[in-house]
Amino acid sequence: MNRDAALRLTAFDDVSPRPAPPLIRTCCLSVHYGAKTAVRDVELDIAEGAVTALIGPSGCGKSSFLYSLNRMTDLIPGCRVTGAVRIDGTDVCEPGVDTVLLRRRVGMIFQKPNPFPMSIRRNIELPLKEHGVRGRARRAEVVETVLRDVGLWDEVKDRLHAPAQGLSGGQQQRLCIARALALEPRVLLMDEPCSALDPIASGVVEDLIRRLRGRVTLLVVTHNLAQARRIADATGVFWVRDGAGALVEHGPTDAVFERPAAEETRRYVTGLHG
Amino acid sequence: MSRPINDTLLVWGLRACGAVSGSVVLLIAVFVFKEAWPALREIGPLRFLGADPSWHPVEGVFNLTPMAAATLAVTVGAVALAAPLGVLSAVFCHAYAPRWAAGAYRRLIELLAGVPSVVYGFWGLVVLVPLVAQWRPPGASLLSGVLILAVMILPTVALLSEAALKNVPRDYARGAAALGLSRWATLWRVVLPAARPGIATGVLLATGRAIGETMAVLMVCGNVVQLPGSLLAPVRTLTANIALEMGYAYGVHRSALFVTGVLLLALVAGLVLLAEWLSRGDVRGTAHG
Ligand SMILES: Nc1ncnc2c1ncn2[C@@H]1O[C@H](COP(=O)(O)OP(=O)(O)OP(=O)(O)O)[C@@H](O)[C@H]1O
Ligand SMILES: [Mg+2]
Repeated sequence: MNRDAALRLTAFDDVSPRPAPPLIRTCCLSVHYGAKTAVRDVELDIAEGAVTALIGPSGCGKSSFLYSLNRMTDLIPGCRVTGAVRIDGTDVCEPGVDTVLLRRRVGMIFQKPNPFPMSIRRNIELPLKEHGVRGRARRAEVVETVLRDVGLWDEVKDRLHAPAQGLSGGQQQRLCIARALALEPRVLLMDEPCSALDPIASGVVEDLIRRLRGRVTLLVVTHNLAQARRIADATGVFWVRDGAGALVEHGPTDAVFERPAAEETRRYVTGLHG
Repeated sequence: MSRPINDTLLVWGLRACGAVSGSVVLLIAVFVFKEAWPALREIGPLRFLGADPSWHPVEGVFNLTPMAAATLAVTVGAVALAAPLGVLSAVFCHAYAPRWAAGAYRRLIELLAGVPSVVYGFWGLVVLVPLVAQWRPPGASLLSGVLILAVMILPTVALLSEAALKNVPRDYARGAAALGLSRWATLWRVVLPAARPGIATGVLLATGRAIGETMAVLMVCGNVVQLPGSLLAPVRTLTANIALEMGYAYGVHRSALFVTGVLLLALVAGLVLLAEWLSRGDVRGTAHG
């Protein structure tokens, strides 16, 4: 573990000689479902504003890891998280943490777009209202801003009252991203945001992720290695070791793909290439 | 291109089932109309709808409006009580109750749904009516009918509402949680609106049952033919009217009872149309497009 940590630090030093303190730092983070350990001892630093891709084979705990960062694991019966997740210095795993506030700052996008069964406008306004954004005009302004941010404004500005379920899959996913952005999160966790979309829609979401870089800190789980290379500043590789998911490699994306340190990464990356 | 034989059989079987149930409903309606026709022709619909001063069929006066008003009053009252209670109890079961409490409560509601209406009526007669009478005599009244009916239709609302809540995709609740919505907001702003069509169906079915209920209201409402002036006044519903007089009615009187049936059918049809119209607006506004 120490060797891995040293490796990560030097790898990171390659690109930025004086790295800013990380926005997110996990320490010995483990996720358990009942007696089964799904993720074990993940130590990961995420720089503010960066796009981090999380890759790895199915069932290696990427989603579980992601869910633990904004306590969505609380909703899964029998799920237990140990270790620490420091976001901006505070450990969000502490029992006293206000999860409503936490999830406002650390948003999440799911694989299957999940707009609520209501109008496009209300999908965005509802969370704003619940988070105390007062004033109709103010909310309308936010709706327009975030819809422009995700490139949906011109497509839907004439039918904001139409049901969100009538949008295409790609549009729905962008609406979900807009809805999350409306709360001005610092971190956005995306669990395979493109895998339910066709290549074109997926390309649009990918462009959007690139545009959000610097403004929001993004963690993106993906099975698409080419996509990871295109969008991510840093990449983390998960693998099942000793029956539980572990972070076997983490560093700048180029380094992970071209000079992988871990044997599993080498096989995973080249296996799919050759 | 012939379809597999199984498929053909299934399609024709389903068509036959649909045809049978459709034609039974149609036949009943036609029969009721046919029996009502002599009275309608001889007396004219206007006298049934209020031109006559009262309901004294043997003397030849046939005003049905007090009873139609009583039916509406009992139904509206019962639904106004049972719908919020049923929906709230479903919400409680679905979102707040501990597992064992929710299970026990559900069993209880299912039991309630299975009790025959004559038992409700009997209970109302020996327990509820005397209670109301203690407060304000005579006891047998619109209020007693409303209370009994509310208890009777509560299970329908509660069970169907809970089923509707269960059918709301878990994605919505998860998405709401990920947006930092509180449990309250998730439930009231996202899950309940999504379940609204199913809940509306439950309320509609319950309303239908309330309109049609005969035995229990007959036993507790007092059966005096008069416009329901107060909650404590005894009233007679359309259904009770048929049940009470069917035994000895003949000739025009008998036919007039079938007119009562026609009026009931019209009320139910009106209700269904109203519900359809309401839910059409619903689809345009919020639900799936
Ligand atoms: N709710 C749950 N209850 C029990 N075990 C679970 C649950 N969710 C996940 N697991 C287990 O935890 C492990 C990690 O699952 P997870 O969903 O995090 O993997 P993943 O890397 O996201 O996989 P995929 O790429 O297929 O989405 C798996 O072995 C899985 O069986
Ligand atoms: Mg996953």
